Formats: sequence, structure tokens, C-alpha cells
Amino acid sequence: MSFWSGLWQFFSTGSNWSGQDGIFVRLGNQVELSLTVVAAATLVGMGLGFYLGHTRRGGFVAVNAANSARAVPSIALLTILAIQPFPGLRFGGFLTAGITLGALAIPPILTNSYVGMREVDPDVREAARAMGMGGWQRFWRVEVPLALPLAVAGVRTAAVEVVATSTLAAYVTFNDLGEYIFAGLAQNDTVQTFSGALLVALLAGGTDLVLFGLYRLVTPGALVRSGAVRPEQSRGIVRRFPALARSFESEAA
Amino acid sequence: MMAASNPLVQWSWVTGNWGDTIRPYLLQHAELAAIAVGIGFVISLPSAVAVWWFRRARGPVFGFAGLLYTIPSIALFGIIEPFTGYFSITTGEVALVSYTLLILIRNIVVGLDAVPEEVREAARAVGYSPLAELVRVDLPLALPSIFAGLRVATVTVVGLVNVTAFIGLGGLGQLILTGFQRSFNTPIVVALVLSIAMAGLGDLVFVVAERAVVRWARVVETT
Repeated sequence: MSFWSGLWQFFSTGSNWSGQDGIFVRLGNQVELSLTVVAAATLVGMGLGFYLGHTRRGGFVAVNAANSARAVPSIALLTILAIQPFPGLRFGGFLTAGITLGALAIPPILTNSYVGMREVDPDVREAARAMGMGGWQRFWRVEVPLALPLAVAGVRTAAVEVVATSTLAAYVTFNDLGEYIFAGLAQNDTVQTFSGALLVALLAGGTDLVLFGLYRLVTPGALVRSGAVRPEQSRGIVRRFPALARSFESEAA
Repeated sequence: MMAASNPLVQWSWVTGNWGDTIRPYLLQHAELAAIAVGIGFVISLPSAVAVWWFRRARGPVFGFAGLLYTIPSIALFGIIEPFTGYFSITTGEVALVSYTLLILIRNIVVGLDAVPEEVREAARAVGYSPLAELVRVDLPLALPSIFAGLRVATVTVVGLVNVTAFIGLGGLGQLILTGFQRSFNTPIVVALVLSIAMAGLGDLVFVVAERAVVRWARVVETT
């Protein structure tokens, strides 16, 4: 059987879609895990990032969080947690995967939220004060809306990484789409590996698109129309450097 | 489970397996990462310049690099594996390189974008051809941003190489798989520590290189 006809057969066989080891259940598990982690990480990372950026404290930690976290291989964290007495493989590996993915997701959201809040133009803050806005009003109605695009760009980065890495959770028994990839690799079943990989890639791409939509939604229309918000800036920043800071300043101007 | 006799690091295992297990994996890991960043840079530099010269190319190039960046590495292995082969270094490197493209191209373009227009006009006024201007004026001024991209790409790739163990390419990820299969902490901790150290070292190499190359300015703070 050729590769392509095998592929056709994989996706056209009804039993591959239904049941505990079917595509729908595995997709559902992966979405559930990723959504839980991204929601929790957004709450923590954005809350902390906005707070630190607003009070202008803890900048060194907040800005370097995303970079330092990149160096930690998730697969090491995942496997070592999986073989501990706790969290081990409780809830089918959900807990272990959740902790690993949380450690991956919080840093980029934290860094971007912090920088977004930090880069709110002091003149704008001053103007809001002059208009008679109180502290909370300035924070919620002026600073948060201005910081939100960059913060959401951080959520986008985190969400795509979480979906990608949740695939690896299948290695520690979590029943998601990664199971097809690992089972296929173990059995040298190219069709199964490819099919799983295709589904995972579609899920990651879909996640990216949804978060890009959210990014556009929270970005003031004037910035989009003027071309100040370019596609290459919508993924959040990994490391700050003067050139990028300058491009943000011109955006605010 | 050997939880009772499973300390975080069993030093006798580390010393006993250093020469014939850990060290070869460490070198393999460094090699896989270095090749990926090298090839990634060779592809990214001309792509970024093209995108900078021809603004229309921005959308498609960033779209394509973004797509490759979005596809999870383990999935990319699975997608190209039927064509490039299981256990093949090509499979691993194609996936690793495709991951560096967005980071590198974006940083080079951002750096070039930041070259002041007056400087470019001055270069043209003294008779520089577009190519000469690029090589002698624009790219040198973009160096801090280019180095920042190389640093991020290197740290990312060193972490990602751990996943190539799944397609049988070795590297420190192999120790992680061994540790998991035997419920044995030590190999995982060793791989974790060495991988982070290698990422830090790779980062440092580019910091030092930047200091050596960008002599006209104090190295900009990359907080």
C-alpha cells in the first residue's frame, strides 16, 4: 500500500475518529489541556507583568524571564515530573503536563505584559491625569488598553508553544494527538506518524490564527491602518534591543 | 519505580558514564545545534535583505517563516519523515533550521529598518552602490539586532535539539528518554543541566563576538 493511499485510508476510516483513542477524543484532550494552561498562565503572567510594569519594579526579572525559560528543555521537565511519586501520572498525565506547560507559558506572557505596560508613553499617562482620571481609571482605561496588544502577542507566542509541547505529553501517557506520532515512530508506521503530525500542525496553525485575530481585535485600528503594526511584531518580543524599542516608540507617536 | 533509591543525581552514574555515553551525546547535541543555526543564518541573511529591499516580499516571506515556526518540531519531523527518512539527519536539521528562520529574518529586518535614512542618503551621496551600501553601511549598523537574533535562535535550537532524540538522532535528549524509560532521575537531570549550560554558552559566544565586532559602540544593553 502506498503512502498516499494509506493516508487516505487513515482519515476515511470511521473508527479512527471515534472512541477513546479516536481523533476527536484526543483532539479534545489536547485542547482542554492547552486551554487550561494558557488561561491560567495568562491570569498569572499578565497580572504580574502589568503590576510590575505599572509600578516599574522587578524589571530585570520580568524582561529576562522569557529568554531564560527558552533554555529549559520541556521534555526534561515533563519526563522527570512523570517519574516522581508526585505529580507522576495522576489524571492520565494531565497534572505533570500542566505544570510543564505552565512553566513554558508564563514567561513570554509576563515579559510582554511588562514591556507593554512599561512602554506606555509617559505623556499619555500625564494627559490622563490632567483630564482628572483617578489611579484605577488611568490603569484600566488608559494603560491596560495601550499595553494589551503586546501582552496578547505574548499570549500568542505562549499558546503556540503550549500546543506544540502538549504533543510531547503523549510520551508520558497523556492521551492526545501526540499518541499517533509516538505510536507511529515506535512501530515505524509512517502513515500514522504523518497523520498525527498533520493534525497537530493544523491545531497549532489554528491556535496561531485565533490569537492573531485577538491581537488585531485589541490593537487600535489607527495603528493597523497606518501600517505601524506589522506582521513581524505580532508574535511578541523575545529580547528587547534598541532598534525594536525605537519601532515601538514610533508606533505610539 | 525505584523511588526510594532514586536521588536527584547519582554521581557514580555520572562519572561512570561520562566518557562513553554523556560526552558523545553532548558533542552530538552541540553539532546538531551548530549546523542548524549556521544553515539558518545562511538562508536568513539573503532572505532578510530581499525583504528589506522589496517591501512587497514582506508578507509572503514572514507568512512562510511564521508558518514553519508555528508547526511543532515533533510534528514537522513526522511530516517530512516520509520523504527525508527515519533516523535521517536531514529530517532533524530541516525541522531545526525551519525554526530559526522567523527569529533570524525578523531580527535582521528590524535591524536594517532602524538604519537612519540620513546615513543611507549620505552613503549614496558619496557614491556607494546599493550593494556596497548594504555591506559597508547598512549591515554593520544592523549588527546589534542581528546578534540579538543569533542569540535567541541559538538558545531556542539548543533546547529543541532535545526533541531530535525521538527520531533517533542522539543528543542529550537520548539521556532524557533513557532516564524516563528506567524511571531514573540522574540522566534527565544531567541532560537538563548540560542543555541549559550549552544554551548559556552559545549565548555567551555571541555576546563576546558582538563585543569584538561592534567596536564603534559599547555593546548595547540587551536586557
